[in-house]
Amino acid sequence: MSENTSSGNGRPPAARRRKVVITGISGRLGRIVAKRLHHELDWHIVGLDRRPMQGRPKDIEHHQVDLRSKKARDIFRAGDVDALLHLGVMHDPRARPAEIYSWNITGTTKLLEYCQAYRVPKVVLLSSANVYGPRPDNPQFLTEDAPLLAAQRFPQMRDLVEIDHLVSTFMWRAREVDTVILRPVHIIGPVHNAPSNYLRIDRPPVLLGFDPMVQLIHVDDVAEAIALALTPGRRGIYNLVGPGEVPLSAVLRELGRQPLAIPHPVARPVLQLAFRLGISSFPVAELDFIRYVCMVDGRRASAELGFRPQLGLRETIHAVDEPA
Amino acid sequence: MGLLDRLRQFRGAHPPPDDDIDGRARALVVHGNEFGYDPFGLSRDSFASAAKVARWIYRSYFRASAFGVEHIPATGRVIFVANHSGQLPFDGLVIASAAFLEPQQPRLVRSMVEYFVPSVPFASYLFSRWGQITGTPENCRRLLASEEAVLVFPEGARGISKPFSRRYQLADFGKGFMRLALEMQAPVVPVAVIGAEEQAPAVNLKPLARLFRAPSFPIVPYPPFVPLVPLPVKYRVYFGDPMRFAGDPDDDDDVLDAQVKTVKNRIQSMLHVGLREREHVFW
Repeated sequence: MSENTSSGNGRPPAARRRKVVITGISGRLGRIVAKRLHHELDWHIVGLDRRPMQGRPKDIEHHQVDLRSKKARDIFRAGDVDALLHLGVMHDPRARPAEIYSWNITGTTKLLEYCQAYRVPKVVLLSSANVYGPRPDNPQFLTEDAPLLAAQRFPQMRDLVEIDHLVSTFMWRAREVDTVILRPVHIIGPVHNAPSNYLRIDRPPVLLGFDPMVQLIHVDDVAEAIALALTPGRRGIYNLVGPGEVPLSAVLRELGRQPLAIPHPVARPVLQLAFRLGISSFPVAELDFIRYVCMVDGRRASAELGFRPQLGLRETIHAVDEPA
Repeated sequence: MGLLDRLRQFRGAHPPPDDDIDGRARALVVHGNEFGYDPFGLSRDSFASAAKVARWIYRSYFRASAFGVEHIPATGRVIFVANHSGQLPFDGLVIASAAFLEPQQPRLVRSMVEYFVPSVPFASYLFSRWGQITGTPENCRRLLASEEAVLVFPEGARGISKPFSRRYQLADFGKGFMRLALEMQAPVVPVAVIGAEEQAPAVNLKPLARLFRAPSFPIVPYPPFVPLVPLPVKYRVYFGDPMRFAGDPDDDDDVLDAQVKTVKNRIQSMLHVGLREREHVFW
């Protein structure tokens, strides 16, 4: 094991390309990250996703399997995997909670088991700054040591919080594996996630009398941070922040949206109904994200990973309207 | 001459000076980004609009006088430590207005708001646009590190809700500000506020406070019987010499106690001096 982690500056022999297994590669974010690692950093990419991968370059290997299945284990069995990049956290608000829970928790546990058993020297989890939870008594900037309280008011976040805990426990238990947990703020870009989808609405609902400061990060900057996290020797938990902090209203103004202000006692039942009728895909608890502050301190990532966001605030905000 | 002016003349008030609010707001140090917001949500424009209202309250309603303005540092980190009184937090507004309107170089004072404020509609974001922050130690540390001025009321709710009978007697001081001052090497400017105690002379109905689970339930002897609007008392604000402290911020409470007491005694004696100089509560 030790020769794997401590081999000089960590570069494997030039004869063999480094091999990274990416879970959840079929999502927009997965494809963006995979392309970057593939083209610019010359990794050998192995995709692991239940879904097929659209527009897959020929030399990207893809396995359309369940994380929990035997076939997933076979990918690691050869012992030539240099890194696991875990993006495959499922959070479909429409799917059965039990199924999602099993996928997320059992899936992650199995992956970590394989990594330890087959000597994968690097594990990177893309978590989220949302695990801290939006709360009225949050300090303006949460550090990596803050408790992960999102699940308290927000059952949909429970899985992500638990995965984050699983991986951070793994980080301390499996000392021979360089484990990195990244907790980016709202990822913005041509991706399908809650913040980007929300910012694409023409008349997005906002809560009357609330206008929290928000932090956004461009998906390309997240890809950059992932590349940095894959560098051998780096381990730890890092918040990832983008180019700055702005009020939600300024973001919507910049995009030319016309927000619809709803008093919060009304917003809850209305959104609940809309969700049930299938008009909206936003779970009610997510309202807290447009009500309270949930911002993080990114100084550790900048000091230890050397991460600096490359895109400015305006570019990052307008990235929601970029074509995929 | 209108009735108001006549009244003003009668109580011997001078017409308020013309303050160049916009010019002063431009002179403030704001660490804003390209959208004009600092990391805590402060916007210079929102601050300037709020300052216009604050100026009216400061100059015309309370006809406040500030003393020892030369003790307000023009730049650099500083902790203002003041007595807290009067049921309604107008003392914070008066101190902030004084620091903004009186010195040559205006200072933006960031005071700590209660934890419940972020869940109150409008107050939630307006306070942060005006530079007021949720009172966590992390927030203070961050602001002091970026050389800003922070206002702390170490008496907290004990001070603001104390009954009229205990006016100008300082309640227990918390020790958080001293730990901050030691850790951040920030000077402490003691501030004594006179006038706030009489703006809402109240008694505290403890059973009702318990019933509503509020920290206090003040009653004033005139309609509407709850303190909503302060009486037009005259405010006097005394800024004292900056005090510097050295020591270990993680020391035991007993060790810090002595240093906290120095500040408390200073404020108490500034209160005594101010009360002696005062001729009348209202003018």
